[in-house]
Amino acid sequence: MVEIRFHGRGGQGAASACTIYADAAFRGGKSVQAFPMYGVERRGAPVQSFVRLDDSPIRARHNIYTPDHVIVLSETLMNTVDCTAGIKAGGTLTINTDKSVEQIKKERGLDGDYKIFTVNATKIAVELGLGSVTSPIVNTAMLGAAARVTGTADIKLLMECVAESAPSKPEKNAEAAKETFEAITV
Amino acid sequence: MKKVLTGNHAVSYGAMIARAEVVAAYPITPQTQIVEKLSEMCADGDLDARFIKVESEHSAMAACIGASASGARAFTATSSQGLALMDEMLHWASHARLPIVMANINRSLGPPWTIWTDQNDTISRRDTGWIQFYCESNQEVIDTMIMAFKIAEQVKLPAFLTLDSFYISHTSEAEELPNQKLVDEYLSKYQAETDLDPTKGSPAYGSLTTDQWYFELQIKMQRAMEQAYDIILKENDLFEKMFGRSYLPVEGYRTDDADYVVFVSGTIASTIKDAIDRARENGIKVGSAKVRLFRPFPKAMIREMAKGRKRLGVIDRNISYGSEGAFFTEIKGALYSQSEHPEIHGFIAGLGGRDVTVDSAYEMIRLVVETSPEKDINWQGAKL
Amino acid sequence: MAKNKYFVEIKSIDDLPTMAKTMGSMMVNETGSWRNVYPVVDKDACTRCGICWKFCPDVVVSEDADGYPVFNLDYCKGCGVCANECPKSCIAMIEEGK
Ligand code: SF4
Ligand code: SF4
Repeated sequence: MVEIRFHGRGGQGAASACTIYADAAFRGGKSVQAFPMYGVERRGAPVQSFVRLDDSPIRARHNIYTPDHVIVLSETLMNTVDCTAGIKAGGTLTINTDKSVEQIKKERGLDGDYKIFTVNATKIAVELGLGSVTSPIVNTAMLGAAARVTGTADIKLLMECVAESAPSKPEKNAEAAKETFEAITV
Repeated sequence: MKKVLTGNHAVSYGAMIARAEVVAAYPITPQTQIVEKLSEMCADGDLDARFIKVESEHSAMAACIGASASGARAFTATSSQGLALMDEMLHWASHARLPIVMANINRSLGPPWTIWTDQNDTISRRDTGWIQFYCESNQEVIDTMIMAFKIAEQVKLPAFLTLDSFYISHTSEAEELPNQKLVDEYLSKYQAETDLDPTKGSPAYGSLTTDQWYFELQIKMQRAMEQAYDIILKENDLFEKMFGRSYLPVEGYRTDDADYVVFVSGTIASTIKDAIDRARENGIKVGSAKVRLFRPFPKAMIREMAKGRKRLGVIDRNISYGSEGAFFTEIKGALYSQSEHPEIHGFIAGLGGRDVTVDSAYEMIRLVVETSPEKDINWQGAKL
Repeated sequence: MAKNKYFVEIKSIDDLPTMAKTMGSMMVNETGSWRNVYPVVDKDACTRCGICWKFCPDVVVSEDADGYPVFNLDYCKGCGVCANECPKSCIAMIEEGK
């Protein structure tokens, strides 16, 4: 069983990102489950959503406390939320930021037993015309990063799912996923 | 065809492939997605139904009553306070013997205001005369939607199914969408016994009935509930033959050789299986039994499941204030007439959406296996 | 209850319908027996607007050949809604037996 937690802000599409990711993994033959952690929803407030993946049917129907992987849709979330909470030993933390891994480790004092990846999904999204610099749409871009880091979804299937569910600019959204996928080396 | 869908959308698709003809509903968190999708389906012509916008849940059920009495297959969905507001009309629907189907998201009642899950909204509708199914997964939701219409229409009683708030309503899973042609074969068009056409000299329904016949009409409702139990079994057999999936009123997991059995409903029935596996690895002969049907209460299957066990447990995600968990009461009641009744633990867990994890399920299993019950309520996972 | 031609007798639970309903037809229920007062129209003042026909909750108002209202007193409950709604105030409610 692989468990992934996404950190985002209300309105950023973290919940739909999880559903899209689960769909791609499902098309790749996995059992899947995706669910949001609902608080009282406010635009801009920190939210979390989750994906469970397994090769056998998933029965667990409770929250995720110790994810294998964490995806952070924007680095500023880490100012107020402990995005590293509960990450399993040997897990990963992937952050959308313009900083390097070394820089972010130092700045935020990240020293847990997990591997850190960074990717500038905001830049990729904005260059593709997804949102603006002040309010970029990064959820689809970060899906590519998730696929690369966790190795649990095929990028082609993921692009297919992204394109199918994007409310507008389906190709650009799929392209964004592909670019972050290629920008990260594991 | 399998698709990744939320539990809420499973309800909407269920209504669509069951070919609901009238949908009247009022939105409420966490049910809103069901209504949104259904109104979209009606607008796009995917569902050939009349979507009636109403100003409250009470009106939603009133509209379904009118629709059902005039011969249409009627559907609605609600949750929590919405269901409570509907209450008067729930009784109306069952006493009028109208096979309306409803999906209810099990959301705790306020105040304090909350949107998370427990079963008190539907458990407190115990005596409304509705058939009640408690679902464990998205697949079960969509399949139950189809079966519920077929069962309800045969016994002329309304039926609802429940989904745990968020744990099913907003959780996406891969679900098999039953083939429309097969569903049409399984579930033919609704033929109403009632008739609201004044040109045909229709009678008046529900008019004053004195003590001369009211009692007998109540007996007829109870008989219909008893008949519903047999029909539920029969329809499940047919459903299994046609669609390959089965949902018995009481379903055991690793119970064949079990000395201990824990009864449970809703999504906890899913989570507890991981805890049962863990206990089995530790050499404990324990199993779990999901109770999917609350009305009519599957007494015969409960008795069968309890037979010969060393000790039993019941996990309730609800409470009847001043008494205990509702399933606990029912299960004890079913066993009282039997010559042997094993000791039985009553747990209350997960109220207001409190997470029930594999660890907490395991703790309840451990108590059943290792201890004798001391009190009627064992609060599980509460900050005492 | 009055046994008119619509009446169906019930002897046991087996004769009962699934749902409580007037046996046969609502016509069995002759609500005229509830009446204390009954409507009488003043044809000279009546404009044949049909408002009394529209408002009668028991649908007992019909038209005669000339379009004036006629009240079916087997079912008229004497509620007086028609008299109240009539824009010409030309329906009088007369006490039974007078
Ligand atoms: S409402 Fe008055 S005026 Fe109009 S038809 Fe009836 S009796 Fe005549
Ligand atoms: S008195 Fe009432 S029942 Fe009789 S005709 Fe007038 S409105 Fe109808």
